[in-house]
Amino acid sequence: MTKEELKESILNQYPESVFEETGEWLTLQVEPEAFLSMAMEFRSRDAWDFDFLFCLTCVDWKTHFTMVYFLRSLTHRHMLTIKVKLDRNNPEIETVNEIWRTADFNEREVYDLFGVKFLHHHDLRRILLTDDWIGWPLRKDYDDPVNMIKL
Amino acid sequence: MDVNQKSPVEPFPGSVHPSPGGGILVSKLDDVINWARSNSLWPLVFGTSCCAIEMMSAASAKYDWSRFGFEVARATPRQADVIIIAGTIVNKMAPVLKRLYDQMAEPRYVIAMGACATSGGPFFYNTYSVVKGADHVIPVDVYVAGCPPRPEALMHALITLQAKIKDGGLREKIMIDEQKVVGKK
Repeated sequence: MTKEELKESILNQYPESVFEETGEWLTLQVEPEAFLSMAMEFRSRDAWDFDFLFCLTCVDWKTHFTMVYFLRSLTHRHMLTIKVKLDRNNPEIETVNEIWRTADFNEREVYDLFGVKFLHHHDLRRILLTDDWIGWPLRKDYDDPVNMIKL
Repeated sequence: MDVNQKSPVEPFPGSVHPSPGGGILVSKLDDVINWARSNSLWPLVFGTSCCAIEMMSAASAKYDWSRFGFEVARATPRQADVIIIAGTIVNKMAPVLKRLYDQMAEPRYVIAMGACATSGGPFFYNTYSVVKGADHVIPVDVYVAGCPPRPEALMHALITLQAKIKDGGLREKIMIDEQKVVGKK
């Protein structure tokens, strides 16, 4: 489906969805509570069939976090970007590990570097840093006087 | 940039004492040993990041460091002479590097290749995970500047190391002198 057709079919299903106009792929803004059910729908419905989550990251805007999910369909060859805004003081979101298995390590990386808790993840622990590291390094307010030399 | 004024590519050390039926080569044993060591330095395969690509290209056909004796790149530190630290050393890698260096047999030499191994490079400021220079972990003989240094720059560093060894190799010299004083060899 082309970008416009995809946008229309998403609007049919979820009438009050918010799209961002930036980027070459369709970008959808989703609330964290509605995210899991929408993700399951995106995976399972045949017209959409997003079976490949090829990237999962987090962005630290200084007032809030944004989780970004990049989805691709191997059968229909269309792509979708989902952005979920999270509260900075208590960043929690449902894991999509059961829907797309590639989210497993990517969510562990986001937990390791940002501190975002993924609810019902089967094994959420640090993946890149050592297990006894304290702090979330990729947050903008991370300070490490021992290792970091500030410019 | 010269370590000493002599050209590093020189004939066999010593002088020929003429005698009937040819000549007798008279030389110092130290000079001969240094000449032999410097012309067959076997590097340890230690490439961590982008400088490793330049090291690989210095090893392959176009720049070819085996002309200078670095033919055999050993994967085990027990059989290697020189460790070329090609790449960034992060905090998790530092004990590994120390262990590899400890496993090498004397005489062993270290070349810090590239900006990251010299001083932390582009990761000197605002990074929580990079060791700011490999010489925090092991003593370094030759530093190469560049990010990454061109293969010719790495060859120049290797030739500089050869010249350093032929000249006595300062660290080695201190240790050998100490051993002479104590009486062990």
